Amino acid sequence: MTNTLSRAVGSPLARLEGPAKVSGAARYAAEYPQDQMAYAWIVPSPVPRGRLDAVLTDPAEEDDVLVVLWHGNAPHLEKSDDPELAVLQSDRIAYRGQPVALVVARTLEGARRAAQVVQLDITAEDHDVELRADHPDLHTPDEVVPGVPADTATGDVDAALATAPATVDVTYSTPALHNNPMEPHATIARWDGEDLVLYDSNQHPSGIAKTLGTVFGLPAERVHVIAEHIGGGFGSKGSARPNAVLAAMGSWVTGRPVQLALPRQAMFSMVGHRAPTVQRIRIGASLDGELTAIDHESWTQTSRLFEFVESPGVVTRSMYPVPNLRTSHRVVPLDVPTPRWMRGPGEAPGMVALECALDELAIRLDLDPVELRARSANPGYLSCLRRGAERFGWSGRDNRPRQRREGDWWIGTGMAGATYPANAMPSTARVRALGHDGYEVAIGAADLGTGARTILAQIAADELGVPVDDVHIRIGDSTLPVASVAGGSSGSASWGWAVTGACRALRESGDDEATFDTTELVGKMPTDRHAYGAHFAEVRVDAVTGEVRVSRLFGMYDTGRILNPRTARSQFIGGMVMGIGMALHEESVLDPALGAWVNHDLAEYHIPAHADVEQIDAEWLDEPAADLNPMGAKGIGEIGIVGSPAAIVNAVWHATGVRIRDLPVRLDKLLPSL
Amino acid sequence: MRLTVNGAQHHLVGLDPRTTLLDVLRERLHLTGAKKGCDHGQCGACTVLLDGRRVNSCLILAITQPDARVTTVEGLGHRGEPHPVQQGFLEHDGFQCGYCTPGQICSAVGMLDEVAQGWPSAVTESDSEDLLADAEIRERMSGNLCRCGAYPNMVPAIREAAGR
Repeated sequence: MTNTLSRAVGSPLARLEGPAKVSGAARYAAEYPQDQMAYAWIVPSPVPRGRLDAVLTDPAEEDDVLVVLWHGNAPHLEKSDDPELAVLQSDRIAYRGQPVALVVARTLEGARRAAQVVQLDITAEDHDVELRADHPDLHTPDEVVPGVPADTATGDVDAALATAPATVDVTYSTPALHNNPMEPHATIARWDGEDLVLYDSNQHPSGIAKTLGTVFGLPAERVHVIAEHIGGGFGSKGSARPNAVLAAMGSWVTGRPVQLALPRQAMFSMVGHRAPTVQRIRIGASLDGELTAIDHESWTQTSRLFEFVESPGVVTRSMYPVPNLRTSHRVVPLDVPTPRWMRGPGEAPGMVALECALDELAIRLDLDPVELRARSANPGYLSCLRRGAERFGWSGRDNRPRQRREGDWWIGTGMAGATYPANAMPSTARVRALGHDGYEVAIGAADLGTGARTILAQIAADELGVPVDDVHIRIGDSTLPVASVAGGSSGSASWGWAVTGACRALRESGDDEATFDTTELVGKMPTDRHAYGAHFAEVRVDAVTGEVRVSRLFGMYDTGRILNPRTARSQFIGGMVMGIGMALHEESVLDPALGAWVNHDLAEYHIPAHADVEQIDAEWLDEPAADLNPMGAKGIGEIGIVGSPAAIVNAVWHATGVRIRDLPVRLDKLLPSL
Repeated sequence: MRLTVNGAQHHLVGLDPRTTLLDVLRERLHLTGAKKGCDHGQCGACTVLLDGRRVNSCLILAITQPDARVTTVEGLGHRGEPHPVQQGFLEHDGFQCGYCTPGQICSAVGMLDEVAQGWPSAVTESDSEDLLADAEIRERMSGNLCRCGAYPNMVPAIREAAGR
């Protein structure tokens, strides 16, 4: 390397696609005009369990309709590793809202109407959609995620709890939550001969090409997935969803390009959600706050189609050093939609239980919550606690609850730790010298709004020793070199590593083109490293109505080197805003009689609005983790939602003296005790 | 029927009476700046200016608006010279994924006009002097949801666009 002067990385470069996004020029999946395009609309199952015997189309709609597909006439699909993608292949109904038929029509209005009046001949069966910690079908999964065991145990937890001078034994529950990116899942599918072209809203063009290839019996290179701009995902677009398969199927049958954009209501069924959890947590400690034992048990649900296990206990395995530690996960399959990843899967609900229980322990021990954590914190986490407390103005806090009242408002503060694994996944990047036109850097990555396109340009510019303007980034296309998913807060580390390697290879070889695959390097990286953080919240609670407002929210993070402080701050505060939603607003309510999410739209599923967000900010230590990857970066996309809900719940207790252990903190839960 | 969008007149032939203004913009005129986030008037991503006022274009049947003048995000600003609200969003990183952004921007443009006309909001008190205080901007923009949580960056963007 001759260029050791870093110019672009670390600078607050405005996101490259900004002008296109503010002018309406940026194109999302459903926005690519096609000749003779047809429109598809899904017919969802109206029952949570049963058998579909027949589908009858209303003759009045026949002028508009090109085809109505169901398992009686749909093309055969090959099996993939996701049973959810075997759409219209069987008469079995596994959850309410599952696609049971697909209308393809000449117009959007025609497709929608025909789907509304299609008659389904269904034999409904008794269903079970209720998660209980004593459900007889609860079982221990083989793994919670690949390579991660369901249960762990070290030391003698029972003995340590029995002899601990101070203990807490509390049960927290978190509701089902829905990712709800602003852009609903959407696909335009077109067959060019035997090749499949998909304009699809997803977090992983390379992976979706491979999966769709499997489903349609094609090699991955015969499937071209384009995802130039993605209107958010938060995990829900991490792998192929039924919309991509159905659009491709509709296009195959009709011979036309087909657009399938899911309505918002469908976003609550077939694209995933965060499963509800019940968590019992027991902590034992010495009187001066040394943690001696933790037992973290959790119960959750999955669907009958696919076992996805929300894993809150995993975070407890690494957050604090505890000599006696036990974690366990139990899951029950129910007649419900399949849960999937949602921002901070496992970590977000897990840290609600752990960090709220620690707050309860601090109260029992009459210790400051920051000091209790500081006793067990590693250096990075400790710095976040100390500097965060200083920046927030924590010192001098009266730790007693219900002490500060201004008018009708009870006011309080709370805090919680944060963590997220430092992940990277194998990826390949290619760089080409274009002579006077600079350099093209190509990788099949996806920018969901994270700023990936921008930071990759910054990384490449520094490695090539040229201004950012000379770097032309190509991402969002499966025909580019294979990249990992935009998930697990791993994009910058994974793709940046590949881009760094390709740029270095180009410079060292003197050739016009170089490609670099990180598979071998990623395999050697340490796997036990984490980002850390601390969240601090100030809330006010209306003594008359129980309304909770977050007056201030602050996050301090140890996330390695920050590649772009401008887009990084947006990611941090964005995660914290979602944390406000998790603490106070968001919950998907499943009606046990209907088996339906009853609040399945944005009027009734409440995500934070402008008026819910007051003072919020983030800062970071910016200490490169040089042993992890060439950029020294750790992921930042998810840690903002990990712990911030607990900080708010703890602040509500401090304001009011009322401890809510069942999220979200609704006013009807607070009012009886105010 | 005739529809004027961003100053250009369009003759829409064979329009299905069920077609919303949003779907005319997106599917017939290929003006995809207006986004479909919920199709139910709950998220604001489809916000455009109809005869100068902000509306959810997903809630309006196109045939009910003969001779209307519509401004979409594509019609704001000029080539190479963004509208001050667009410029503010760029300077303050007022977005991440960008999907709610055209609606936020159109909504902010409409909102600033409402403020200029002295319209109160739900948080305006009888003695309020600053209709563009942060709490006012937040309240007035609350019909436009952003799942990326870019709200804290939009508020100064909008305030600066108003020249404050």
